[in-house]
Amino acid sequence: MAAVTADQKTQGTADTADAEHLAAFDAAVAADDRIEPRDWMPEAYRASLVRQMAQHAHSEIIGMQPEANWISRAPSLRRKAILMAKVQDEAGHGLYLYSAAETLGTSREELLDKLHAGRQRYSSIFNYPTLTWADVGAIGWLVDGAAITNQVPLCRCSYGPYARAMIRICKEESFHQRQGYELLLALSRGTSAQHEMAQDAVNRWWWPSLMMFGPPDDSSAHSAQSMAWKIKRHSNDELRRRFVDICVPQAEALGLTLPDPDIRWNEDLGQHDYGAIDWTEFQEVLKGNGPCNEQRLAQRRMAHEEGAWVRDAAAAYADKHAARPGTAGAAAQHVEATA
Amino acid sequence: MTAALALGDDALVLSHRLGEWAGHAPVLEEEVALANIALDLLGQARMLLSFVGDEDQLAYLREERAFRNVQLVEQPNGDFAHTIARQLYFSVYQHLLYEKLAAGQGEFADLAAKAVKEVAYHRDHAEQWVLRLGDGTAESHERMQRALDALWRFTGELFEPVEGVDVDRHALRDGWLAAVTSVVERATLTLPSGPQSGAWAAGAGRQGLHTESFGRMLAEMQHLHRSHPGASW
Repeated sequence: MAAVTADQKTQGTADTADAEHLAAFDAAVAADDRIEPRDWMPEAYRASLVRQMAQHAHSEIIGMQPEANWISRAPSLRRKAILMAKVQDEAGHGLYLYSAAETLGTSREELLDKLHAGRQRYSSIFNYPTLTWADVGAIGWLVDGAAITNQVPLCRCSYGPYARAMIRICKEESFHQRQGYELLLALSRGTSAQHEMAQDAVNRWWWPSLMMFGPPDDSSAHSAQSMAWKIKRHSNDELRRRFVDICVPQAEALGLTLPDPDIRWNEDLGQHDYGAIDWTEFQEVLKGNGPCNEQRLAQRRMAHEEGAWVRDAAAAYADKHAARPGTAGAAAQHVEATA
Repeated sequence: MTAALALGDDALVLSHRLGEWAGHAPVLEEEVALANIALDLLGQARMLLSFVGDEDQLAYLREERAFRNVQLVEQPNGDFAHTIARQLYFSVYQHLLYEKLAAGQGEFADLAAKAVKEVAYHRDHAEQWVLRLGDGTAESHERMQRALDALWRFTGELFEPVEGVDVDRHALRDGWLAAVTSVVERATLTLPSGPQSGAWAAGAGRQGLHTESFGRMLAEMQHLHRSHPGASW
């Protein structure tokens, strides 16, 4: 009864090949080599990267909304130019990241459909509202600051296209972070009404920014595997504490107070301790019960649906003119391919 | 003074309108493109207004009747076809005007020489989209035609004389009409046939007469700045 079927033989050969591939993959990750799009990779690694890169790309484009909310009301032309350029950079980051995700065999259209259907996430931070001008500064200082703390290690991520996209993104993000800090500094040193506006914004954005590092290490669903694959390099709690250490002296320099009476220097750790985070709020926002979840997704869907006729037109035009030189065909095809 | 205000306000107001697209564009590439055009225009506005005085005082503390932009640029965004029609009409005008100013010896020659490169891109962007929308689907064709028709009556004002802008406005109008006609025809669309100015509106924006939506736009733009008199940002 030990007859081996042809199928089983093929399977056996495939298993051997997979085992060799896996050994090569593991060795590459262990040696800190980059995994490139054409390299063999475990399906779970690919899926994990697509999930993370999609979430990151979606965060960039949803993240445009709370800041775009203030473009029309920016209080000086200089600030208006800075803010428009920043929101434009976020659209650009979305483009790099969707392109990087495409190297894993997924299209931008597919990922956007999943976002619109609520099947892929974006960073929960963008489900909080921007209520005053100072929120633009607080987002730059705290939210972009937290994002950089998270993202700088991604420049060494094991997947090549993601790591390279992150190098460029991190340069621009650190520029945004300085601009946000500088905006808050102007408010903090301005009139008492401006100072109060800045403090109020920091009060509202501080805790949600700490939550951006994700759940505590002992309850983080994806952390252990991502660290083994060197997609992720540091734990959520390590990064969160690093962020607090960065912010404490900056808040002092700004003349603003972080809304946590339990922040204090821990001699033994050589780091700051901070107060308990309200994880119930985090879970609620994640579930869709944050102040702006519905609004953000609704605006995204609306822009997409209202733009459908434009994308259709570009595709139809490209089809008609593909063979004719000297027309807008080439550009239109690009829109079609990426829409 | 008059010229810098007129050209500066055109750029300022159109930049503001384009900024309203952020987060609403039909495709991610257009988020980048529209913001890019808005930023170019804002840069031009800041230089032009600084010829006249403090850029923020001029942008944030003037009343509606003191703005000297043409009514075309203040028209609401409408659908993407309306925005593109507004871009076509304005960018062809601005491109031809800045080419002439750049070639001259006037006070705007340096600024125009720099801006004309940006504006050439704005014009190309608008033309490419008019072609795609006009010669795309039946729906896009209809929307593009409707937009060209709706904004046509704001185009006459582009060729009203502006004190201090030393160009042959008849030649400017001829060049504009030829360029716009060429794009519209290649896009399988029809050049609107109505008058290029409303019965009452001719030259109005340059004289400080605007359309109803402009007051609301300024109210939003100026609100925060005006709420904190004397504050710096």
